[in-house]
Amino acid sequence: MRHTLSVTVENKPGILTRVAGLFARRGYNIESLVVAETENPQISRMTIVVDGDGRIIEQVSKQLHKLINVLKIQDITHEEAVHRELILLRVNADATNRTEILQVAEVFRARIVDMSRASVTIEATGDTSKIEAILTTFRPYGIKEFARTGRLSMMRGK
Amino acid sequence: MELNGAQALLKALEANGVDVIFGYPGGSVLPIYDALLDSPIHHILVRCEQGAAHAASGYARASGRPGVCLATSGPGATNLVTGIANAYMDSIPMVAITGQVPSSMVGTDAFQEVDITGITMPIIKHSYLVQDVTEIPRVVQEAFHLASTGRPGPVLIDIPKDVQQTKLTWDGLPEIDIKGYKPTFKGHPAQIKNAVHMIEASERPVILVGGGIVNPQAPAELMELARKAQIPVTTTLMAVGAFPETDDLSLGLIGMHGTAYANLAVSNADLLIGIGVRFGDRATGNTARFAKNAKIIHIDIDPAEIGKNTEIDLPIVGDAGTVLAEINRLVGEHRHDAWMEQIATWKRERPLKYRTDRLTVQYVLEEMGDLTRDRAIVATDVGQHQMWAAQHYKFLRPGQLVTSAGLGCMGFGLPAANGVQVARPDDLVILVTGDGSIQMQMQELGTARQENLPLKIVLFNNNALGMVRQLQHFYCDKRFSGVKLSFNPDFIALAKAYGIQTYQIHSKEETKAVLEEAFAHPGIVLVEVLVDENEIVYPSVLGNKGLDETLVYE
Repeated sequence: MRHTLSVTVENKPGILTRVAGLFARRGYNIESLVVAETENPQISRMTIVVDGDGRIIEQVSKQLHKLINVLKIQDITHEEAVHRELILLRVNADATNRTEILQVAEVFRARIVDMSRASVTIEATGDTSKIEAILTTFRPYGIKEFARTGRLSMMRGK
Repeated sequence: MELNGAQALLKALEANGVDVIFGYPGGSVLPIYDALLDSPIHHILVRCEQGAAHAASGYARASGRPGVCLATSGPGATNLVTGIANAYMDSIPMVAITGQVPSSMVGTDAFQEVDITGITMPIIKHSYLVQDVTEIPRVVQEAFHLASTGRPGPVLIDIPKDVQQTKLTWDGLPEIDIKGYKPTFKGHPAQIKNAVHMIEASERPVILVGGGIVNPQAPAELMELARKAQIPVTTTLMAVGAFPETDDLSLGLIGMHGTAYANLAVSNADLLIGIGVRFGDRATGNTARFAKNAKIIHIDIDPAEIGKNTEIDLPIVGDAGTVLAEINRLVGEHRHDAWMEQIATWKRERPLKYRTDRLTVQYVLEEMGDLTRDRAIVATDVGQHQMWAAQHYKFLRPGQLVTSAGLGCMGFGLPAANGVQVARPDDLVILVTGDGSIQMQMQELGTARQENLPLKIVLFNNNALGMVRQLQHFYCDKRFSGVKLSFNPDFIALAKAYGIQTYQIHSKEETKAVLEEAFAHPGIVLVEVLVDENEIVYPSVLGNKGLDETLVYE
C-alpha cells in the first residue's frame, strides 16, 4: 500500500541525492517526492509517497534514519493530516464546449489560468483522489498535456 | 594563529589522535603534502591509492582507531573507491581525504576532476565536500566522531585545492553537535529482561556473533554469558577469534564454509542469540531454512539491521558490550548438558577434515596455528585460502584475523597487512595470501620495504583462482573458464628483487621447520607454498541450500 512519509532534513548540499539514491539502490519505489524549505531555512521538509508493505516501509524509515542529515521521519499515512497536490492541465476547448469546460472546472473549484483559441489551461489543488477525479473528468475532452506535483502533507493541529 | 586549510586539516587530524596517514600525492593535494613536511604525522607512501585505503582499513582493524587515507582528485580518488566499499561492508572506521580541483573549476570536467562524493554515496557512512575553509575543524571533528561511533564506517572529506590554500584563524576545535545522529548504546531494559527470560527458558541455545562484537569490552562479556549460561558460540567471518576457538563452547565459523557442527547447532537450536551480526547470506544460507526451530534474539547497534534479512522475535538495539553486560547482570547459571552432549557428538562425527596424503593449504595453516597461536595477527586475502584460514588456524583473540568479509575483496591482504604491522609494530603479522589475490596489489611490497615492515607473507600458489574454480566445479559442471593462471611470475625471484628473504615449501615434512625459520627471521619474508589446484573448501553449503544441508569432506 502507499505510505506517506514526512521527513525533515538538514538543508545541506546533496541531501536530495542521498535520499533519492537510497531509494534507488535499495529498490524502493518512490511514487512522488516533494522537497522545499520550511519556516527554518536550515531545514527542509520532504514528503515522500512510497509503495510497499509494512516491512518495506519499516526498512525505508530505518535506512533514512541512517542518513546523517535526516532529522525526523513520520509515517503519516494513518495520521490526521492534510494532503494536497497541484495539477496544471491543458484541455482541448473550442467555442462549442468551452462553457461546459469552465463549468466543470468550477465544480472542482479549479481555476482557469490560461486560454487560447483551441484550449484552456486549468489549475487545481486537492488530495490525490480529487486530482484523479479531475483527470478522469477532463479526459473525454482531450487532455493535451498535464503536469502535477507530488503530495504535500502536514499533520493537523492538535 | 593563522593557518591555511591544509595546515588546519593536519592540525585537526593530529588533535583526533592521528599519527599515521596512508597516502599518495598529486596535483590537488599539493598544499596538504607541503604541510605534511611540518607535521608530526607520519605519512606512508603507498604504491597505489587502493593500497592506501586497504592499509587504513588494516590499521583500523588492528588498532581500534580510525585509519586515515589520503589521495588526490580524479584517479587518486577513484582508486580509493574499492577500499572505501570494503570498509563500508565490514563497518570499519576510516576517514578518507581527497583533494578536489579548485572550487571555481568544479563541474567543468577539469583535469583530474571526478565527483567523488557522488561516486561514493552508496558506500559511505557520510561525506563532506568542504566549500569554505572555516568548515575544516568542524568537518574533521564530525568525520572522526561519525567514523568511530555507533555502527562504525568510512567517512569521506573532499577538499578543493583552493580551500586547502585559503587562510583561516585557528581557534581550536568546536564541540560536536550533529543533530541527526544519536546512536542508541543502552538496550531497552524491558527487552533485556525478556531476553533473559528467553535464555533461561531455552534448552538448546546458540550464540551467533558478528563484527559488532569487536569492541573493547564486548568479548569479555560474551565469554561471561557463554560460561554462565553454558551457551555454545559460533561466529561469522568478521568475528573469528572473538571467542577462543580452542574452547569447548566454541563452534567455530558459521555459514557457507562454516563447520558442520556450527551449522547443525544453529539449525537445531531452540534459541539463537545474534550479537552484532547482520545475518548476511554467507552466514545464513537459505533464509527459509535458517534457524527454523529457534526463536531469535537480535542485539545490534544499527536498528536497520533488525528484521532486514531474517525475522526476529526479540530485537534489542544497543551496543553489544553494554547490552551483554546488562544481560549478564540478570541471567542465572544454567547447564545444558544434553545439548552440549549432542554438539560433542556432531563435533566427533563431522569434524573439519581434509585429505592428508599430500601437502595442502589446510595442513600448513594448522601447523602455522600451532606455531603462533597466541602471538600472531593474521591478515588474509580472499578466496579458498581465506576460508581455510578461518577454519583451521584456530584463533584465540578478537581482531586476530583481519580479512575482507562483506565485500570479499581480492587484493585486500597485502596492503591491509601493511596497515596492521604499522599499527602493531612489535607483533608478529602474518599475511596468508594466494597467487591470484597477491597479484592484485603486489606493488604494495614496495610500501612494506620502504617502511621496513617485517611482514611474514605465506603465499599459497596453485597457479589458479581456486575459489572461482570451485564455484565452476559445483555450478558449471566443471567447465573451468578463466581460472587458470598459466603464467605466474617466479614469486621467489620477484620477492628477491624487493630484497625480501624467501622460502619454499614443497612437502608436509618440511612445513614446520620452514615456517619456524621464516617466522623467526627478523625482517620481511615470503614463504611460497606449492599446492594443487584440485582442492575444494569443505564444509560447503551449496546455493540455495540451508545450513542443515552442509556438505563435508568424506
